Amino acid sequence: MLSRTAENLYWLARYVERAEYLARTIDATLRVTALPAAYIGKTNEWDSALLTAGVATSFYQTYEEANERNVVDYLSFSADNPSSIRNCIEAARLNSRSVRTALTSEMWDTINSAWIELQEVWSKGTSTREELAKFLRFVQETSLRFDGSAYRTMLRNDAYWFSRLGLHLERADNTARILDVKYHVLLPEEEHVGGPLDFYQWSSILRSVSALTAYHWVYRETLKPWLVADLLILNGTLPRSLASCYDNLTRNLDQIGVAYGRQGPAQRHARGIRNRLEHSNMNDIFQHGVHEFIQEFIADNSRLGEIITKQYLI
Amino acid sequence: MAVAFDEMNIPGGDLRPAYQELARWLKETPPEALEYRRQEAELLFRRIGITFAVYGDSESTERLIPFDVIPRIMSGKEWALLEKGLKQRVKALNMFLRDIYHGREILRAEIVPDDLIFQNPVFRPEMNGQQVPHDVYVHIAGIDIIRVDANDFIVLEDNARTPSGVSYMLENREIMMRLFPDLFARHKVAPVERYPDELLSALRSVAPHSASSEPTVALLTPGVYNSAYYEHSFLADKLGIELVEGRDLVVKNNEVFMRTTEGVKRVDVIYRRVDDDFLDPLTFRPDSALGVPGLMSAYAAGNITLANAVGTGIADDKAIYSYMPEIVKFYLGEEPVLKNVQTWRCREPKDLAYVLDNLGDLVVKEVHGSGGYGMLIGPAATKATIEAFREKLKREPEGFIAQPTLALSTCPTCTATGLAPRHVDLRPFVLTGSKHTTIVPGGLTRVALKEGSLVVNSSQGGGTKDTWILDE
Repeated sequence: MLSRTAENLYWLARYVERAEYLARTIDATLRVTALPAAYIGKTNEWDSALLTAGVATSFYQTYEEANERNVVDYLSFSADNPSSIRNCIEAARLNSRSVRTALTSEMWDTINSAWIELQEVWSKGTSTREELAKFLRFVQETSLRFDGSAYRTMLRNDAYWFSRLGLHLERADNTARILDVKYHVLLPEEEHVGGPLDFYQWSSILRSVSALTAYHWVYRETLKPWLVADLLILNGTLPRSLASCYDNLTRNLDQIGVAYGRQGPAQRHARGIRNRLEHSNMNDIFQHGVHEFIQEFIADNSRLGEIITKQYLI
Repeated sequence: MAVAFDEMNIPGGDLRPAYQELARWLKETPPEALEYRRQEAELLFRRIGITFAVYGDSESTERLIPFDVIPRIMSGKEWALLEKGLKQRVKALNMFLRDIYHGREILRAEIVPDDLIFQNPVFRPEMNGQQVPHDVYVHIAGIDIIRVDANDFIVLEDNARTPSGVSYMLENREIMMRLFPDLFARHKVAPVERYPDELLSALRSVAPHSASSEPTVALLTPGVYNSAYYEHSFLADKLGIELVEGRDLVVKNNEVFMRTTEGVKRVDVIYRRVDDDFLDPLTFRPDSALGVPGLMSAYAAGNITLANAVGTGIADDKAIYSYMPEIVKFYLGEEPVLKNVQTWRCREPKDLAYVLDNLGDLVVKEVHGSGGYGMLIGPAATKATIEAFREKLKREPEGFIAQPTLALSTCPTCTATGLAPRHVDLRPFVLTGSKHTTIVPGGLTRVALKEGSLVVNSSQGGGTKDTWILDE
C-alpha cells in the first residue's frame, strides 16, 4: 500500500484514541474535583490533567490558572491547542478523507457523522455540566464505534495492522503519561506521601484508563497503589496496560513483517520493549525507581514511533 | 429569446411519452412525501461526504451540491442520436490533437488559423512530435449538451482536460434507487453502474508498451483541498486503484514509481486530475507542489500514459470550439451530428463589431474561462456592467467569444412552491480506449435552481438531477 495511506491510517487511529483518552481524563478529573477538599488534598487536579495530556506548557502561555473552566475549554474545544479533542477530531476527519479508499464505509461514517455532529458543539461550547458530560460520552462512544467498525469490517491486511499500530502506540503513551504524572501516589506504602486521601487518586487513575472494575476482578482486593501500578504496567489482560499494548504492537509488526517477507528495526525495537516488560516485576521496578522506569518507557515508545515512520511511512 | 423546450409537456397539454409514467406517479405521491425524501437525500449526501469546495469561500470549505429528486428522462431513441453524435465528436477531437502535435494538416489546409494554436497558452510545445500511447489524447471527455428542440442537441462546450462530475452521475443514481425503488420498478432505466469498469478497462488498454501485461493504474489528485476531491477518492475506490498525490510518486530512470510500505512500485497509467501546469515542476510551473518532478521525461520516454494526455486544452478551448463543425468534416468527412452554438469570434473585426452592437442580447465568454466565471449574460446584466464589459472587450477582443442567449430546455423540478420547470443541461462522459469508444447511457444533468436562471454551474447556485435513459 501507499506509504502515505499507511501513515494516514496510523495517525487516524492515534487521533481517535487520543480524543477518547482526553475525554476520559476530563471525566475522571471532574469526579475527583467534585469531592470535598478533605478527600483530595491540596493537589490541583486540573493541573495534573494538563500534565497527563502533555500540554501544560502551552496552556500556561495563554492562561494564568488551571481551573475547571480553563482546562476543560483548553483540552476539549480549543482551536489553538493542537491536541485538543476538537483538533483530534478535525485531524481524524482530514486523515479519513485522505484515505477514504482504505477505510470501510462504517469507519468513514463514524468519523464523518461525529465530525458533523460536533460542529455545533465547537461553535456553541457546552453551557452546563450535563451538556459537558454528554459531549464527553459522545467522544468516547465515537472512539468505541470507530474501533468496533475497524475490528468488525476491515480486511486483515496491512491497512488494518498499521491502524492498530497507531492505536496501541498512542494508548501506551497515554497510560504511561498518566503514570508519569501520578507515580508519586503509587509509591509503596512506607514511602508514600498523601495518606488515605490517595484512595481517590488511585480510583481516578483507574477510571481514566477504564480499569476501575477490572482492578477488582483481577486482584479481588481493596485499592493498593502497587497493585494499581502492576495492573497498568505489567498485567497483560488489561487492554490499556503497557504490557498489553506491547503484545499487540509486536504481533501487528510481526504480521506486517510476514506479509512483506521482511523484518526490520521496528520489529526488533518493539520486541526489545516487550521482553523488558515481560521480565520485570513490580519489586524490581520500585527498586529501580518507578519514575525512571516510566520515563524510559515513554522515550522508548516514542522512539518506536519514529522507527515505524522511517521504516514504512515515508 | 426563444421559448425554452419543455422536456415533459407538449404545448397544448399532452405529455411527452418518456414522462408519462413519472407524471402518473407524481399525481399519486403527496408533496410531503417528496419533501421528506428530498431531506433524506440531503442527509445521505452529507453522511457519505459528497461535497465540493468553493474556492475563496471562507464561510464553509465544504458544500453540498443541491440534489433535485425529480429525474430527468430521455427516451432510448433520443439517446441513440446523442450517442452517435458524441462518438463522432470525440473521435474528431482525438484526430485533431494528434494532427496539431504532428503533421498539422488542418493548419496547412487553412481551416484553423495558426495563431489560434501557437499563441494559445494551452498549446504545449513539449508535445510536438511526441508519440502518445495508442494515439489517444482524450480518454475521458465530458461534453456539455443543451437541448433546444425535440431533435436538436447542441454542444455547449467540450471538456477534454480533466472533466469532473461523473461521481454525481453514479451517486445520484445510487441515492435515487434507495429512495424511490417504486419509481424504478415502473420504468426501465438503463443502468450506469458499469462506468467504473469501462473506465478501468479503457485506462488499462492504453498502457505503454513497456508495461507488464497487468498494467498498474493510479489516480493522481491534487489532494483533499481540491474542489473535486470527493470524486477522486470515489473513483479510485470504485476502480480499485491507488489514489496518489504528487509526493507519492517518484521518477527514476524515466520510469514512474509510487512509494509504498514495501518499497517503490512501478505505475504505468496515471488517470490524472491535476492540470497540465502543475504536473511536473521541471517542465511547467516550477512552484507546483502538486506535481512529480521528471514526469514529463518519463512521458517522453514512453514509459507512462497520462490520461488525459498533456496539451488537450487546445481542443476544448472556447476559441477552437467555433471551428468544431469544420474540424469534424475535415477529419471524418461527415456532417456533424451535434450542432454548435452559433459563435462570434471577437478576434475577427466583423464579428466584434456585431458583438459590440448587440451586447445586451448576447452571452460573452472568456476564451480561457471556466466554471461560469468572468462571463457577461447580456439580457440579465445592468447597463453599467455591460459598459464595463464593453471596455474589457475592446481592450482584448481576442480573449472573448460571444453567443446568443440560449433557451436551455426545462424539466420539472422541486421548488419552494411545488414543482416548476427549471433549465437544465447535460454532461455525458465519453471514454476512449485503444480499441473503442464507449458511453454509459446517462450523464450529469445540471439544473439552474433559480427561476429563469440559465446558469447551471454548481459554484453559482446550480443543482443536479439523476438522468434516466429509458431502455425501450
